[in-house]
Amino acid sequence: MALLQIAEPGEATAPHQHRLAVGIDLGTTNSLVATVKSGAAEVLVNHDGDPLLPSVVRYGKDGRVVVGHAARAAQAEDPENTIVSVKRFMGRGIADVAKYGTLPYRFVDAPGMVKIETAAGVKSPVDVSAEILKVLRKLAEESLGGELVGAVITVPAYFDDSQRQATRDAARLAGINVLRLLNEPTAAAVAYGLDNASEGTFAVFDLGGGTFDISILRLTKGIFEVLSTNGDSSLGGDDFDQAIGAHWRNAYGIAAADHRDTRRLLMKAREVKERLTTQEIVEAVLPLSYGQEFRLKLSRQEFHTMTAPLVQRTLQPVRKALRDANLSVTDIDGVVMVGGATRMPHVQKAIAEFFGKSPLNNLDPDKVVALGAAIQANVLAGNRAADDLLLLDVLPLSLGLETMGGLTEKVIPRNSTIPIARAQEFTTFKDGQTAMAIHVVQGERELVKDCRSLARFELRGIPPMVAGAARIQVLFQVDADGLLSVSAREALSGVETRVEVKPSYGLSDAEIAEMLKASFSHADEDVQARALFEQRVEAARMIEALQAALNKDGDTLLADDERVGIETAMMALMQVAAGEDHRAIKECIAALSSATEDFAERRMDRSIADALRGRKLEDVKIS
Amino acid sequence: MSPDFTKNHFELFALPVSFDIDTQALERAYRDLLREVHPDRFAAASDAEKRLAAQWSTRANEGYQTLKSPLKRGRYFLRINGIDTEEESNTAMPMDFLQQQMEWREAVVEARSGHDGARLDSLAAQRGDEENLMFEQLRQQLSASATLGAARLTVRKLRFLEKLGEEIGDAIEALAA
Repeated sequence: MALLQIAEPGEATAPHQHRLAVGIDLGTTNSLVATVKSGAAEVLVNHDGDPLLPSVVRYGKDGRVVVGHAARAAQAEDPENTIVSVKRFMGRGIADVAKYGTLPYRFVDAPGMVKIETAAGVKSPVDVSAEILKVLRKLAEESLGGELVGAVITVPAYFDDSQRQATRDAARLAGINVLRLLNEPTAAAVAYGLDNASEGTFAVFDLGGGTFDISILRLTKGIFEVLSTNGDSSLGGDDFDQAIGAHWRNAYGIAAADHRDTRRLLMKAREVKERLTTQEIVEAVLPLSYGQEFRLKLSRQEFHTMTAPLVQRTLQPVRKALRDANLSVTDIDGVVMVGGATRMPHVQKAIAEFFGKSPLNNLDPDKVVALGAAIQANVLAGNRAADDLLLLDVLPLSLGLETMGGLTEKVIPRNSTIPIARAQEFTTFKDGQTAMAIHVVQGERELVKDCRSLARFELRGIPPMVAGAARIQVLFQVDADGLLSVSAREALSGVETRVEVKPSYGLSDAEIAEMLKASFSHADEDVQARALFEQRVEAARMIEALQAALNKDGDTLLADDERVGIETAMMALMQVAAGEDHRAIKECIAALSSATEDFAERRMDRSIADALRGRKLEDVKIS
Repeated sequence: MSPDFTKNHFELFALPVSFDIDTQALERAYRDLLREVHPDRFAAASDAEKRLAAQWSTRANEGYQTLKSPLKRGRYFLRINGIDTEEESNTAMPMDFLQQQMEWREAVVEARSGHDGARLDSLAAQRGDEENLMFEQLRQQLSASATLGAARLTVRKLRFLEKLGEEIGDAIEALAA
């Protein structure tokens, strides 16, 4: 692919090439990739014209990996090595997966996330998800004819920090630069909001294969503000399949002899569930491994009755979300349904009844999330100004700390708009204490054991003092992706204490580095080429943005010598970027960033003052 | 340097420093500010700009969330006037107030175990009315420096009422499930 063209300083900014960026819906059942082409978002299709990639990965003894339809077709023959719905295991431990019912996998209780033993070795859910992402990345790059600058990857709004980190790690393994982790309901709202050009308060009801989200959003003048979000990250269409399977086992006395039978039973349940959307009664034949055949029957009525509790389970988070947003059902202007599972008639009926209105579903519930993500990716990659599209999302679950007696103290409450930061002060307990352990948890419950353990942070390097004298300020920051980072300093001495993170369910940086190494077959070359490409893109992006800034504000905000200094640094970067040394480019980028910090601050201060100056005049007029 | 932390939340949004605010003006100012500083606008910018954007957005979110909630705003207003509401450290409350709270709590527990949704709704309405009265009192107390000290107790009472509101909400939800 041709390098992005870089303008000479002083010239009018060269028209930039369209940066290739995509939105990826990494779903429980199916995954999709979409992009914005000629101003419109569209889902990319594979060679067979298929927009959906089944989120199924099969591992072979020879190390072969098969992803998609072919893998799904093999799930009944080879259930132990064909991983279906891996999203349900991301960031989860062995106790979590036990709740999903009978599954054919050989789980390994690993200290981080649960792992799965396959014919190709022990695999983490991060590995499995990365295989799916690799296929999507390849499809996108072939379709669009170039390397991707980045992708927006969607996650359920109710995913906690561990689940989000795991998703980001999977993208890293797949060689994808994550522009943003975007919440699925918000993505859907973007696709609908821009499509219908509406303003108002909307509820997005997203029931996927394995996760359920409800988000309440307010749309005003291109700003999508999430008011509240709630959900259940272990409730989805798969559970409806399990319910049918359990019913049949009981009603027909089916004893699954082995994993293949378990898988066959679930597949049949899914097939029948889908057919019941359009048929009142469905009959099916289930052949089992020992030549036994069961003639099964299920009526829509029976299905609705047996899964009514599951549907009820979705309404509880909806009520909570409305409460948190301080709204009642009548305040909702429209309901959007997302996810294949919302095709079930009794789900649609329950939602329509609850909200007192018919849901909007003119967009394909399978594609809407990917489309929204593509639109956001287009903005974040720099192809389109963010002026008419701003997404204000929230932290879905409270972040807290473990305090005395196994209790939690909330530090950042749920539904706080992100990015957000909170400082908490601690002191030492013993004379001369130089380290401290902080346990961060996520969840709404009072007891630590009922919340999700995120990580233990060890602060080291506290200057020795009398007990109770140290003032250790711990800063919790949640970024726009909903990810937490922690930093700390001792206030009296100003010493930055080192913070070592031991994620409870994630992968350490060292593990990721190992996995990355292992995944490259032409190890060195690929890594080098990738790194060079990324640094060049970064350099070009920076130079272009800086050139535009100089053109706009250089005369008014910079002294002559300051401007010359910046332009010299820019030229230096251009030269280095034309070379082959990616590390040198990275250093030069850092140097240019430093050199332009003051300029950036002055520009930000000015734009804020301009934006708010309008406010002051208005207030004066009114009073 | 970076976000001007010497400004208080009111000043950040160019609002007069008073408990009574024009909520629409707050919304507009918040959105206008975020449009300039949100990280999404700087996804393709330098590290320095990204950092600034994160800092400014965090500042904007913090300020907005504080001023949007009347209780948080009241507490904050007292704080910038040098008055600490002592909600954590000082647990002393007037006897009659505590008694009423206990009665209410008992009524909630009873209504919940008796599956009496109507009673819960009526308790919710009562609580809401009491809260409105108290906010009116807070407004008045915060409008004159002589009464700022007295406002501390009002804020503490309002916090109790807020928690009671959550309990009633939980109970109503438990019955709906």
